[in-house]
Amino acid sequence: MKLSDIVVVGAGPAGVRAAEALVQAGLRPIVIDESPRAGGQVYRQPPEGFVRSKKQLYGFESRKADDIHRSFERLAGQIVHRPSTLAWNCDGRRLDLLTDGRRRSQPFSHLILCTGAMDRVLPFPGWLLPGVYTLGAAQVALKAQACVLGGRVALVGTGALLYLLAYQYARAGAEIAAVLDTASSASKPGALIGLSRQPLTLAKGLYFIAWLRSRGIRVIDGVQDVAVAGGERVEALSWRRNGHEHRIACDAVAAGFGLRAETQLADLAGCEFDFEPSVRQWLPRRDATGRSSVACVYLAGDGASILGADAAELAGRRAALALLEDLGEPTCDGEGQRLERALRPMIAFQRGMEKAFPLPSAEIRACRDDLVICRCENVDAGALRRAVRDGGVMEINRLKAMTRVGMGRCQGRVCAGAAAEILACSTGKAVADVGRLRAQPPIKPIPMAASQPDHPAVRERA
Amino acid sequence: MSAEPLADVAIVGGGLVGCAAALALRRRGLSVVLLEQGWCGAQASGVNHGGVRRQGRATIQLPLAQRAHEIWQRLPELIGDACEYAMSGHLKLARTDADMATLEADNARAAPFGLELELLGRERLRSRYPALSSKLAGASFCAGDGHANPRLVAAGFALAARRQGVRIHEGETVEQAALDGGQFLLRTRSGLQVKSRWLLNCAGAWGASVAAQFGDHLPEYSIYPNMLVTEPIAPLDLPNLGVVGGDIYARQVARGNVVLGGGRGSGSLALDANRPDSGAISAAILAACEVIPALADALVIRSWTGVEGAFPDGQPVIGASLTTPGLWHAFGFCGGGFQLAPAVGEVLCDLVTDNATATPIAPFGIARFGGRGAVTDFIAHV
Repeated sequence: MKLSDIVVVGAGPAGVRAAEALVQAGLRPIVIDESPRAGGQVYRQPPEGFVRSKKQLYGFESRKADDIHRSFERLAGQIVHRPSTLAWNCDGRRLDLLTDGRRRSQPFSHLILCTGAMDRVLPFPGWLLPGVYTLGAAQVALKAQACVLGGRVALVGTGALLYLLAYQYARAGAEIAAVLDTASSASKPGALIGLSRQPLTLAKGLYFIAWLRSRGIRVIDGVQDVAVAGGERVEALSWRRNGHEHRIACDAVAAGFGLRAETQLADLAGCEFDFEPSVRQWLPRRDATGRSSVACVYLAGDGASILGADAAELAGRRAALALLEDLGEPTCDGEGQRLERALRPMIAFQRGMEKAFPLPSAEIRACRDDLVICRCENVDAGALRRAVRDGGVMEINRLKAMTRVGMGRCQGRVCAGAAAEILACSTGKAVADVGRLRAQPPIKPIPMAASQPDHPAVRERA
Repeated sequence: MSAEPLADVAIVGGGLVGCAAALALRRRGLSVVLLEQGWCGAQASGVNHGGVRRQGRATIQLPLAQRAHEIWQRLPELIGDACEYAMSGHLKLARTDADMATLEADNARAAPFGLELELLGRERLRSRYPALSSKLAGASFCAGDGHANPRLVAAGFALAARRQGVRIHEGETVEQAALDGGQFLLRTRSGLQVKSRWLLNCAGAWGASVAAQFGDHLPEYSIYPNMLVTEPIAPLDLPNLGVVGGDIYARQVARGNVVLGGGRGSGSLALDANRPDSGAISAAILAACEVIPALADALVIRSWTGVEGAFPDGQPVIGASLTTPGLWHAFGFCGGGFQLAPAVGEVLCDLVTDNATATPIAPFGIARFGGRGAVTDFIAHV
């Protein structure tokens, strides 16, 4: 086996720590990352030449961000770094890559997937109007480009990012029309047991909320029936709370309902999945060390389970140690167990977060028939319900085949969660029992023009 | 353990052939039970290119193809849905002068069967279809051919059959099949029992394993067509496309996506165990961009494959069992069954009800493999 055939996908906190542990053991991993610069989404670096300080970019987390960036810089020359590279397929022991419009294959002996997460999207009336973004996109605009979405921005959804983004936007000087949380305070006491396992993180969250309120920013929880109004673009946001209608003017909306793991490569690698009821998502199965159900494939970070950046650092290192153990390489005595112990309270905290900020699944289940669920293929909720009622559809891949939901550019990464809720509701099944949307390559669109000169089938034609 | 009441006909396999046969038999008043291991039309019938094409077929298939052509026009009345069927025409492209000579010979052979084929030289092809590469030597055009959405067709036949009273069981894998005291007895993995007077083996890539239970040993193997689709792009104003040699095929759907096929994926007979091949994807993309230069600007959004049964001589099996009266086989369409299948369903209905059919199917009989025990010799010969 060539030691250079160890591949890490993703250069966020998990990927960086995994690569670092492999280098410390004398290996030379290949690190594949979609971004031009390391850091992942959470510690995303602005393009070269941008001058905002890390304190401005990452706030409380600037020290951690700096540490990840510097750690990765120290690996230069000891790893093969493939930035701006999409791993669009995994087939057996080979990844298919796309870099700068060129396709190539990358065989691997061992694979650590640190593929991160994206916003969990739930459609609501008006969500397709220009001016509506995800919370994550709003944050990327700020971190990478020092831009805010609009002159008067409303933030809506649920989860930690809602409050963090509001804080970051307010600090950056944006006018915030309101911060609307679909979770109600009633859901929070039950979550405190889990949340108390990470008192510092909990304190930061409470600090953001208090800080926003102290500046007169409206922070409202328990909102229902959120809808964006506007002609050509966003003009207003309306919601209902305790039976009363409310409406505010705004010119941009950022919306998000927690995160969803990017699991397509794990799926294509053949990993088994389990339904995780606390997040209502299918996640690739892994043990406490990060080993997946497939030999020599390891999982770490938010791409395996949404636990946040701190946990990703630990899990990335833990997965790399598992890989080293499997190679028969010596590892530091007891370090693996120490990392697993350190991860436990983080897992408890995350379960608490899911209780405090639950997915408002009842709303999407009751949505109007004309609400577009799949924006790529323009499939509305009515089409999904008709497929169940008239076509006898009971399973999510079958629903895709019959209606095109999840068949477009995003391959269901945006709409599958909502579609599964509607399917479950219409069939009277639990959402765990309507199946899991299978990944298909390419996991993100790839250009036809990208040539692959190194492939035998292509050489033969030439 | 549950049991179905005795049916006239049991069908193994809910692909397009099985579903079309079920509907045709039910409309003739027979009681029909259909067993499908997954979902109806989710295998080869559902994942193929969607070409509804007579042009380019072996001449022995043309009578069946003509019968099918007539059925395709009647989908709305037959199953209540056109399934995106469009009579767009089919263009078979010649990349060289030698290809063009092949087309001329093919057209001469097909002419007696009533296909209206038009040969287009380099200049006429270019002026009629500006989206095509100017390097092409010419083409043959069949105006009556077209394409449809394969995901909808077999599922549509299944729904129509169910509405007519066919008892369709999905998720039922047949584990035992036998003729017992003049009745066929089928038992599924979940314990469902089905009894019938006739049995239709429409099990596609799994057909040979069903046939083997009755002592009909057939040299079927699996193929995995490699498919991909682009994002929606501006209208190319092109019919369904193929090339001489068959290495790629393409069609643009009404939404603007271009569906492309070429080469083979890989897999096994386990459900959902097949994969497109990225090398074949690359080769198909290169070849397609050579034919339609505008495709170079498009993004590929998805690729897939599925499992399909095939025989060494490139022809399906349609005909009676050599061992078991009342058992009829129809499977292994070698990647070319989508257009034929509605007619095959009607032919099977003829065979059950009349013990004969007006459509010539003799070339597809299983005796061509030499009968029992001759399979290994045949494979060695091929």
